[in-house]
Amino acid sequence: MRELSHHVLDLLENALAAGATQVVLQICEDSGQDMLSIEIQDNGRGMDAETQARALDPFFTTRTTRHVGLGLPLLKAAAERCNGGLTLASTPGRGTLVRAWFQREHIDRAPLGDMPSTLLGALLSSRGDWDLVYAHRVDEGVFELDTREMREVLGEDIPLSHPAIRQWLEEYLEQGYAELYTGLWADRL
Amino acid sequence: MPQIKSLEELRRLRERVERDITTRRDTSTTIIVGMGTCGIAAGARETMRAILEELRTREMDINVTTVGCIGMCAKEPLVDIEQAGKPRVTYGNITPEMVSRLIEEHLVKGQVVEEWVVGRLQE
Repeated sequence: MRELSHHVLDLLENALAAGATQVVLQICEDSGQDMLSIEIQDNGRGMDAETQARALDPFFTTRTTRHVGLGLPLLKAAAERCNGGLTLASTPGRGTLVRAWFQREHIDRAPLGDMPSTLLGALLSSRGDWDLVYAHRVDEGVFELDTREMREVLGEDIPLSHPAIRQWLEEYLEQGYAELYTGLWADRL
Repeated sequence: MPQIKSLEELRRLRERVERDITTRRDTSTTIIVGMGTCGIAAGARETMRAILEELRTREMDINVTTVGCIGMCAKEPLVDIEQAGKPRVTYGNITPEMVSRLIEEHLVKGQVVEEWVVGRLQE
């Protein structure tokens, strides 16, 4: 995975595969503390203690199509390379919380990369019946997205993946991110 | 400066979309991109984005969805094209550079790009 946003997409896919109907995702970049953190909480089926321990083993997976999982162990290794770490908390029947953090300025930290594409990849999932509550903070700046608000506007018949809505979403994400970053750069000039 | 995207704009868009939604269900085409760990690592997200760009440029009104791992990890990124009344065609190792030709031949001309096919699923 070349970008941290690839890992984020993988985490979102994990949550959906666990049957989550609501996912709360928070990315926090704090230059004062020199930290970048990714936190994802889902209300999916969760894992018992044994499965949790094995989830960080690269040769474990719940999928039936292949014998290795790799997603979480790769992220954990990436975080630990950057003076960070990964914690996993899960309750069967309640959901899972994954938190990964990195030293933001560490030379080995991969760029966060293309978050709009990651969010689109998840929002266009064939599993359409779930909500995402998302916030990305970079010091004082923030970009937020809540699909519950969008669904309220759209009603039950129009999915987020409808081509016209999808295009709106694509532009919404691009613009939101452009603003998040230009706002920050303007401050530093 | 384009207008800032807002929920208000989404509301107006809904009114437009509601009018054509009943007609499209049975005639629609769907492009499906594999987005498991294997797909993501192989560049499926970039391929999906190239598909969205291509559809936007050509103003084609086609559904795009993502799915988890389907078990042909070595052939990722996998792109399936499903059209009403036709077998679902699975293409393998589809990079963003290949997307334009794929859409031109399969969706515009209606010709399957045989050399990239890795599977077919009869309706």
